[in-house]
Amino acid sequence: MKSYLGAIRAIIWKDLTAEWRTRESLTSMLVFALLVVLIFNFALELDIQAQESLSAGVLWTTFVFAGTIGLNRSMALEKDRGCLDGLLLAPVDRSVIYFGKVIGNLIFMLLVEIIVLPVYSFLYGVPVFQPGFFLVVLLGSIGYVAVGTLLATMVVQVRTRDILLPILLFPLTLPVIIAAVKASQGFLQMIPFDEFSSWLNILIVYDLIFTAVAFMVFDYVVEE
Amino acid sequence: MIIVKKLVKRFGPITVLRDLDFEVSPGEFVALLGPNGAGKTTFLRILASLTKPTSGLVQVASFRLPEQAVSVRAQLGVVSHLPLIYGDLNAEENLSFYARLYGVKQPRIREVLDLIGLTDRKGDLVRTFSRGMQQRLAIGRAILHSPRILLLDEPHTGLDQEAGEILDEVLREIALQGRTVVMTSHDLVRAAELATRLDILSRGRIRASASEGEFGSTDLVDFYRAALQGKGEAA
Repeated sequence: MKSYLGAIRAIIWKDLTAEWRTRESLTSMLVFALLVVLIFNFALELDIQAQESLSAGVLWTTFVFAGTIGLNRSMALEKDRGCLDGLLLAPVDRSVIYFGKVIGNLIFMLLVEIIVLPVYSFLYGVPVFQPGFFLVVLLGSIGYVAVGTLLATMVVQVRTRDILLPILLFPLTLPVIIAAVKASQGFLQMIPFDEFSSWLNILIVYDLIFTAVAFMVFDYVVEE
Repeated sequence: MIIVKKLVKRFGPITVLRDLDFEVSPGEFVALLGPNGAGKTTFLRILASLTKPTSGLVQVASFRLPEQAVSVRAQLGVVSHLPLIYGDLNAEENLSFYARLYGVKQPRIREVLDLIGLTDRKGDLVRTFSRGMQQRLAIGRAILHSPRILLLDEPHTGLDQEAGEILDEVLREIALQGRTVVMTSHDLVRAAELATRLDILSRGRIRASASEGEFGSTDLVDFYRAALQGKGEAA
């Protein structure tokens, strides 16, 4: 168990160190996310009612698209110089690679979210600084990254992976995106918790099921 | 050390390896030669547990593949024509990362950097390295955990004469340490200089085999051509 966790930590350390050097992934995710938030703000500016009801959707659209950029770049790093084979040759259970990459991707996505949320709150005038809302952001991101990392690994060998990843990922993560939008809306519009708590439950169940499924199938995904 | 019997590998309708038999004793350095598309890389990837065989027996270091893949991987070092190292990490960080995956202690990293002659450049990012230096680091990564078996897939690809010679020197040192080595190559002369046995793989099977004493006195090109034409043991 110690070596299992040690290997996961090693993969996370490697991803963070490589990203710290280039800042390619974080910069592109962040610039993209801020641009989307800004563009939607101007597009919805004239209609305050529409802005209130759509703001949670705008936020998650931003996170999802920015997350896809991060997932693609994360696996491109492994494709470069055949590094994925280097990982697969290590005498560790292959789920180590999956969890290492998931946690690394999640850290990048959460970092972007931490920076985007205050800007979003300022532009859209919504109260994002609530523990419940942060929980929704965390659960939604976990679900998205858990499935996204699996699919990004699956398509990494394909020439058209940049296009293929969103085509496969968005339909599969639709439940988590809808649940995250509904639960976020609940917190941001101060709706009584009982009225939207079921969406939070869906998020938790989705995260558990898809993390477990990805853990079980990852070995088959990376196999030739 | 390596036993392969009746190995078959198919990719859809294409059969790449057909009833391949192959055996390597401990300490042997086997060069696997053959034309493009002969199945050399596929065969090495099967031995490295990166590709699953369709059927047949594959036993590496007394462990069966694919069932005991994790145990096999602990005994293997693999060098391919791609270096399998991260461009955005420096040489020491790359080795340190793989050391953590293999459970290797830090002092070994210094030893390996010395062996591959990259101690002076250990703090430089790999993406600033020449192809030859990257390949030396790739060998360092492969021998970091002191594997009993080394699998080398065309390790000289893309290297200039000087870098190739440095790589040869490192490989000779590794062979002297008694490790078992299987190397695929297109370079007949270089393979004959390094290896203790030459095997010719063509159309999914080993077509001919010659040991060190035999190919020293044989015209290597004739031996190779005869094997490709299916004339069996040429030496």
